[in-house]
Amino acid sequence: MESYFFLIPVSLFLGLVGLGAFVWSLNSGQYDDLEGAKERILLDDEDVD
Amino acid sequence: MTLSLRDNEVLLASEPAGPGLRKSIYSVPGMSCAGCIAKVESGLGKLSSVTQARVNLSTKRVAVTWDEAQGVPPIQNTLSDLGFESHIQSQMVKVRDTTQSNLLRALAVSGFAAGNIMMLSVAVWSGASDTTRDLFHWISAAIAFPTLLYAGRIFYIPAFQAIRKGRVSMDVPVTIGLLLTFMMSLYDTFTHGLHAYFDAVVTLLFFLLIGRTLDHLMRQRARDVISDLERLVPDSVQVVDATGGHAFMATADILPGMTLQIALGDRFPVNVRVVSGVSDVDLSLVSGESVPKRTEPGDVIVAGALNLTGPLVVEAIAAANQSFLSQMIELIEGTEASRHAYKPIVDQVVAWYAPVVHLAAFSAFAVWYFLGAGIHHSLTVAVSVLIITCPCALGLAVPMVQVMASKRLMQQGVLMRDGAALERLNQIDTVIFDKTGTLTSGMPELVNAEQLLPAHLAIIKRMARHSRHPYSRVLADLSIVGSESGSIGNVSEHPGSGLEAVSEDGIYRFGRADWALKDQTQSIAFQGPVLSRNGEWLATLEFEHSLHSSAAPLIQTLKARGLPVEIVSGDATNAVNKIAERLQVDSACAAMLPAEKLKHIIEREADGSRVLMIGDGVNDVPAMQAAYVSMAPSSAVDIGRSAADFVFLRDDLSSVLTSLQVAQKSRALIIQNIAFALLYNLVAVPAACGGLVTPLFAAIAMSGSSIVVVANALRLSGARSGNQSFRRKRGFRKPSLMPAE
Repeated sequence: MESYFFLIPVSLFLGLVGLGAFVWSLNSGQYDDLEGAKERILLDDEDVD
Repeated sequence: MTLSLRDNEVLLASEPAGPGLRKSIYSVPGMSCAGCIAKVESGLGKLSSVTQARVNLSTKRVAVTWDEAQGVPPIQNTLSDLGFESHIQSQMVKVRDTTQSNLLRALAVSGFAAGNIMMLSVAVWSGASDTTRDLFHWISAAIAFPTLLYAGRIFYIPAFQAIRKGRVSMDVPVTIGLLLTFMMSLYDTFTHGLHAYFDAVVTLLFFLLIGRTLDHLMRQRARDVISDLERLVPDSVQVVDATGGHAFMATADILPGMTLQIALGDRFPVNVRVVSGVSDVDLSLVSGESVPKRTEPGDVIVAGALNLTGPLVVEAIAAANQSFLSQMIELIEGTEASRHAYKPIVDQVVAWYAPVVHLAAFSAFAVWYFLGAGIHHSLTVAVSVLIITCPCALGLAVPMVQVMASKRLMQQGVLMRDGAALERLNQIDTVIFDKTGTLTSGMPELVNAEQLLPAHLAIIKRMARHSRHPYSRVLADLSIVGSESGSIGNVSEHPGSGLEAVSEDGIYRFGRADWALKDQTQSIAFQGPVLSRNGEWLATLEFEHSLHSSAAPLIQTLKARGLPVEIVSGDATNAVNKIAERLQVDSACAAMLPAEKLKHIIEREADGSRVLMIGDGVNDVPAMQAAYVSMAPSSAVDIGRSAADFVFLRDDLSSVLTSLQVAQKSRALIIQNIAFALLYNLVAVPAACGGLVTPLFAAIAMSGSSIVVVANALRLSGARSGNQSFRRKRGFRKPSLMPAE
């Protein structure tokens, strides 16, 4: 029983981290150009900013 | 036009991006692969004042950040040197799409909540009891409550608006179901009840949001592509002030009486009167006339016409909001579109589905209550009826099919504005075409080349390179056997008249007969442009607007399907009849004004016809608006594209047939999906009324039915279309028409 008190918050926390990561990636524009992302794999001389 | 003026235009359209930096956005429709990204980004990056160039391939745009101190970089020139056509995106056009990110965030939140509550629910279903169960219910409630508040508002707000207007939309039963179930479950949690439906509520919300998001993304993508195409009215205009100085000004700020300079290849921003200069103007997008018109000082030119051969100084005679275009918009707004009467299938279903479901839930409650089951049990049964019937499958059934249909159409080069248009397309029984730019290509075609001497054609070809008149551009592209490439002396263009070349053999003139020939009485006999040497006739050229190669097979297929075809054009009777004869179209109306076209459509619809209108010009727009369904090629004017339900990007009329086929197929799938959703209810509702639906049962039934409708919708893009997207990239074209069914 005690393990619940430990495991449930851990699982919720991990879920929240995932949600936070998604919202962050959405806000930082990573889903703005899915077409471009798949084509850019083929570029081998991408500039490093 | 001097460079600094163009730079001014770029500056006007850019936005600040950090200290000393500005950002400009260009639409580059030609980009399609990794190679293009590399070419554009490295090409622009080499410019000294550019600090960053970033391509977005999904929207076909490139964002360029440049250093203000080093001046405006020649972005458009660089792009055209690389072989890419580009249009600058003015900041006024850019409206940030908040709906999309709201939907995605709501989707993420509900997905997170659904996953976590499901995890706790599985524990409850597999035997957690007493305090543990209560604890899990409490945690579930704590997750579900903020989720319903945050992600659920996507449904509550429209539902509330619908109820206020006295309508029932899909959102109403969703909202009632979500809120009632949540409150019931909360009560059960308080009273240590066995069952709580938190997982059902949140999963339902998650599934419905998937449908809603897909639907939105589909529309958004079509809108973006359409708005990036070239605009009919330029954003800014060169204004000449009293001292003779030039300045760029936004089109919206033009007042009557201002003097404007219209360069070659520019479109007229407002209605104008010519002050000085002679030119030919192309009215094909405005009135449908295929032959360019000669203009002289004093002539009035309507907004949207294209200046072809000579720069003009003109006086604005109307403000931007009073021009020909605006009159068209007024005509459009006054049109009661028959399409508004159409109710999408899903709304038709919901209109009786919602009352039936609510009645069933209420009866279940009443029956159990009077049988003495107690208010709590009766309410639980009623809520389980609501949750099991909540249109989860129904909410996905239609959007999924439409998303797949739109994807399929996009692969074939057709953009669909919204899903209801696809449903309406199934009901059409008449097809009406505009001629110029739709059935015929925008470019004229030389029809009597065989009768002309190759030597004469070679001379004309060399002269024609110096002009942008549509005839010249066709002639310059001609391939002539045995013609040596070389110059033909000094070629000058006489706007409104033709081309003149001073060579060793004498003075060649190519253009209007009354200008090229010495003998004026003779010139009346010639209709087309003539070639003369020292005023003596050498050859007459005959032009016709060439039919699209796909026009004839398309019309035959449409007729074979039993759809009557008509042509309604603003062009001259002669030109229209010729085309109608060649295409074997029985009914053709020529020289129609925009209002007459509109009237024609309205009359046809009053007779009970459902018309598909295909047109491209400003003059077609009111008619397209009135028609049951409308289509436009991507070369159409921008208000035409925004009036059209479908825009086809390829220069190929078989897109019309493709759309019809996809519409038919998706209608079949939508009906199958709805039938399945109803069948599912036929089983589930009695079970729920009998009080047999536990949260576990609800979870399985809802997910199961959603998976079935999604899988069914996916059939629309079979292995075949995957293949086509591969072929498209290789530039492979399908044979243009499929046989009629």
